[in-house]
Amino acid sequence: MLKLNMKKTTRQSLVTYAIVIIAFVVFQLLSSFGALSNLIEGQLVNLCLYAILAVSLNLVVGISGELSLGHAGFMCIGAFTSAFFSKICTDTIGNDFLRFLIAMVIGTFFAALVGFLIAIPVLRLRGDYLAIVTLAFGQIIMTLINSMYVGIDKNGLHISFSSESALHLEPGTSPIINGSQGITGTPSIDSDYRFFVSILFLLLTLAVSYHFINSRTGRAVMSIRDNRIAAESVGLNVTKYKILTFTIASAFAGLAGAIFSHNIPTLVATTKNFGYDKSIMILVFVVLGGIGSVRGSMIAAALLTLLPELLRSLTFLPDGIRTFVSENRMLIYAVILIVVMIFSNSPRFVEIRARLKAFFRRGTKKEAV
Amino acid sequence: MSLLFSSHPLLKIFGRFKNKGQKQNGDLSLFCAQVSPGFDLQGVCILEFITYLIRGISLGSVYAIIALGYTMVYGIAKMLNFAHGDIIMIGGYVAFTVMTTLALPSYLAVIAAILFCTLLGVAIERIAYKPLRGATPLAVLITAIGMSYFLQNIALLIFGSDPKMFTSVVPLESVRFYYDGSGLLGVKAFWTGAADPVLPDKLQNADVLTISGVMIVTILVSVAIMIALMVFIKKSKTGRAMLAVSEDKGAAQLMGVNVNKTIAITFAIGSALAAVAGVLLCSAYPTLTPYTGSMPGIKAFVAAVFGGIGSIPGAMVGGILLGIIEIFSTAYISSQLADAIVFSVLIIVLLVKPTGILGKKISEKV
Repeated sequence: MLKLNMKKTTRQSLVTYAIVIIAFVVFQLLSSFGALSNLIEGQLVNLCLYAILAVSLNLVVGISGELSLGHAGFMCIGAFTSAFFSKICTDTIGNDFLRFLIAMVIGTFFAALVGFLIAIPVLRLRGDYLAIVTLAFGQIIMTLINSMYVGIDKNGLHISFSSESALHLEPGTSPIINGSQGITGTPSIDSDYRFFVSILFLLLTLAVSYHFINSRTGRAVMSIRDNRIAAESVGLNVTKYKILTFTIASAFAGLAGAIFSHNIPTLVATTKNFGYDKSIMILVFVVLGGIGSVRGSMIAAALLTLLPELLRSLTFLPDGIRTFVSENRMLIYAVILIVVMIFSNSPRFVEIRARLKAFFRRGTKKEAV
Repeated sequence: MSLLFSSHPLLKIFGRFKNKGQKQNGDLSLFCAQVSPGFDLQGVCILEFITYLIRGISLGSVYAIIALGYTMVYGIAKMLNFAHGDIIMIGGYVAFTVMTTLALPSYLAVIAAILFCTLLGVAIERIAYKPLRGATPLAVLITAIGMSYFLQNIALLIFGSDPKMFTSVVPLESVRFYYDGSGLLGVKAFWTGAADPVLPDKLQNADVLTISGVMIVTILVSVAIMIALMVFIKKSKTGRAMLAVSEDKGAAQLMGVNVNKTIAITFAIGSALAAVAGVLLCSAYPTLTPYTGSMPGIKAFVAAVFGGIGSIPGAMVGGILLGIIEIFSTAYISSQLADAIVFSVLIIVLLVKPTGILGKKISEKV
């Protein structure tokens, strides 16, 4: 009875939260019975952070209709700012949880700030240009952080872009961000709690995304996506809404980055971690989950992150296929990307689908009569 | 101390000149001048400057050839062909296979690369992009990204991730110019040949500027391609059909232009150019991996935007400027930050003059 009184959107979001909570409970139970392999247990936090990344990129690609290829760049900012904070406050803030939470907030905030600053000039562009400029920004952020040396001694903050020795640190002090060697030994919370905390952050991301999409602002953003000129002519401030969406998405990318940096021993700004490939991988999650679908992005991210480990457990498949799939994951992603795009967007397939739908609808109507 | 070597009037301006590393035995290192990284005005000498300039123009010419393909496809099909950069890499691998595995002469390798890439380009257009004509730009772009990844990973599957050493397809020896500071511009002699020349006493202490054969060929080829393309587009029937399609697809179709065929031809030309660029790029920078093409591809797009997308001379100018910017920032600022600087160029151009140097303003229609 309760269900009937609920709005469709509320029900949708509740179902998604339920999926997350059930998944959490299932994983916890399996883990406590020892049924999970070490590999899968190691992936649990990544599962959440990729889901956060996919859901947040979905806001830009699905809701705002702009292609951003620099999402990993914002993740990189969140990762480094939060890890930097945790490093310098190791002694000042004794409580692990408190430090961790503040680090998350700081990572989120700085990614949002950079996202906002980048969005102002970039969102004047459209389509292909926007894609390539966000890609460029992602690369610039990564390159800059990769060649940055930062250290603190009693004389204050030292920043250099050339070498560790150029920092002129007091003897005995080692730099915090050490160029291409990154940040080592970020203090974090106990690894047993990380999955639980990540799940909470995922729920937060989902709640904010659903609230945003179903709000007046979200509808405005979608109307701009569907017809910019019409939206402008009814008085919507296109730039404002686009910047807002982009900033929110960057903020969550920063949060994911912060979780990431507190889950690995050494944080380096390599292409593997924060490069263009990472951005594309997140895009694959969004596309595969269905552009515009929050739940879809989340599920696709989770499934594809677990894919190599899942394949290992699918013992009924021949070994050849399993090794091929796990070694050529990117090749399969690429094929999936192309096929999904052609089948869901090609005018011919769209027409065929519409005809099929009409055919089935007619069929059910006849039955009803 | 260095004034002895730098009696050339231009060299005098800069005062100090380092006379080192001239011995080069036709190996693949592009230039002999050695520079200490970091910006040091005292250390800037004119010969190094010219060396970097020529290296920049040469790299820029490769970008220009790639950018020509980009700009044509963008102008006519109105899509950003992300896979363009990876066709370069495929071209490199085809030439590598023909030369190394089949041990055939280098000109056959070039021809094979061009033919293969042309067919590949047409096939990609037919399979992946044609069904999406009329779909949203987002869908087309994502498909192109998928295609780019597909090509990279296919190459990874076939050739593996170890870098392959590419032998230069250009048989020309490098040209060396000897400066001793007297006569016209101070150039006293030049020499081409693999072995070191026997120098007369007068030139024993002369400064040498070496230009490799690959660089000369790259620059000449790119200029030739640009001129040929411009003539082709202005004069030939197909070329004018391309112009018509880029202007207004619907109207062109009504006037009897076969739009699908024209777009296919554009992809064929663009991919053939990518193959040429791939062979030249790998001749100059001989390590070939499945990711060889992706950065030059993106940079060439930056070059196309820089020069004004849709404009053929624009792609050329943008490409060469970008090549010079890249080499100069590597040499004089920081090799790590060179990519960041190149991408900043794109951002600055798009914010200051979104139409590029030679582009035309296109107003948006409702």
